Amino acid sequence: MKKISRRNFGKIVSSVGMASAFGMPSLVLGASRKVVVIGGGFGGATAAKYLRKLDSSLEVTLVEPNPTFYTCPWSNTVLGGINTMSDIGHGYGALKNKHGVKVIHARAKWVSGNKTVTLEDGRKLNFDRAVVSPGIDFRFDSMPGYNQSATERMPHSWQAGPQTALLRKQLEAMPNGGTVLICPPGNPFRCPPGPYERTSLIAHYLKNNKPQSKIIVLDAKEKFSKQGLFMSGWDLHYGDLIEWRAASAGGKISRVDPTNMQVETEFGMEKGHVVNFIPAQQAGKIARDSGLTNSKGWCPVNQVTFESELLPGVHVIGDSCIAGKMPKSGFSANSQGKVAAASIVSLFGGTEPITPSYANTCYSLVTPNHGISVAKVYEISNNKIVGIKGSGGLSPKAENAAVRAQEAIYTQGWYDAITQDMFG
Amino acid sequence: MKKLFFSIVIMSIWLLPNLAIGGPDRATLLSMSCAACHGTDGKSPGSMPSLYGKSSKYIEDQMLHFRKGERKGTVMNRIAKGYSEADIKLIASYFGKLANK
Repeated sequence: MKKISRRNFGKIVSSVGMASAFGMPSLVLGASRKVVVIGGGFGGATAAKYLRKLDSSLEVTLVEPNPTFYTCPWSNTVLGGINTMSDIGHGYGALKNKHGVKVIHARAKWVSGNKTVTLEDGRKLNFDRAVVSPGIDFRFDSMPGYNQSATERMPHSWQAGPQTALLRKQLEAMPNGGTVLICPPGNPFRCPPGPYERTSLIAHYLKNNKPQSKIIVLDAKEKFSKQGLFMSGWDLHYGDLIEWRAASAGGKISRVDPTNMQVETEFGMEKGHVVNFIPAQQAGKIARDSGLTNSKGWCPVNQVTFESELLPGVHVIGDSCIAGKMPKSGFSANSQGKVAAASIVSLFGGTEPITPSYANTCYSLVTPNHGISVAKVYEISNNKIVGIKGSGGLSPKAENAAVRAQEAIYTQGWYDAITQDMFG
Repeated sequence: MKKLFFSIVIMSIWLLPNLAIGGPDRATLLSMSCAACHGTDGKSPGSMPSLYGKSSKYIEDQMLHFRKGERKGTVMNRIAKGYSEADIKLIASYFGKLANK
């Protein structure tokens, strides 16, 4: 071996230092890896918490405009008069103080390929990897007569918050004997069983407070999630109060008229005292503005890591992404947040992310004491997320009050657990 | 020189704080799924049963009972069918160890 001069020795030491700084988590030089998470909902809050939980050396910054997050899951209980807005609001205190996540309450404008997030106020944040979890946006161009201002008269309430409170106020103000129109969109959309749980819990409120009233569901689809379980529950509890129309049976809407509170169907105009028009959806604005979406408005990702197929270094999770067979649900987003967090930690560690496992369980209430569910465990097959055969499925078909009551208790138990898993 | 190189590498690994080099293992990944209903680390804040504090043997036995349909449940009998016996062992051992930490 050649003798090493003092000068060469210095060179070698510094190159070894450099190599270890690049090859390993960069703490050797005191700088930690930076992850910016955009959106503090079911996907983003979970990803931020689990990134820190899996690797406490990471610098994780969560960008979320609102200081309080109102959950879409459980918001139907507010519409049904069972809970209030404060029961579905959650803050970011524990993420900041307990988990060491930096929380910035601002709106992120766009994410760029040069690893920068630009905020609406002009600030820029650098990252090694970003997680984008912006949820959904509405397609205001998808229905004649519909626009942003229509949501003030015909609230969609498909992003919880002021829209939830507005729809509740309208339900309280409507007369006994009035009509509520609920208009669910075609697939794909956020929370497939959501419109039907909403129908159920609004029916619960009307039955007990305005029993002469009626709900007509004008559906853009021929069938819907947990249909058998919902319809059997509706028969049992609500009888004629609910009428559901499939798209081909007069459910399809061709125009909305917010001024006169009516919608146009194949069989003419339907008028409602309350109209809950839920529009077609697409990925959140920042995903579209940053070039993360395909021509259909959703984000194609590597379904093992959730890294965007269009923008390397940026992971998209939750309702915005295309996650194989997983439905767009809060539970799915939570599951994806954990898989993405684990993948990012593996990628920083220089190893191949391990084969993930995903899950989804959707509880719905038909009444406060009648719960139903659908569940599935997912795996990767040929790089796509698919349901594991034989896993999951629906609650038992036969009505059994004790089983339904137990599932209603677990519906609340699930909500308490998942919100703790995100914000606690 | 080889020795010097080696000792620098070893030292820089040793100096790192407690962090997952290479990322989480499958047991961790599988067990994180449970948290969405059973709470973070299996500590349930509400009506869902906690997994934290239960022994590996208990969790493994119950999961296998659910999986084979020997224990009636509302939803776990359906979910357990999505996990292999090997995965169930990993999950059970993860939660069993968590309580003893």
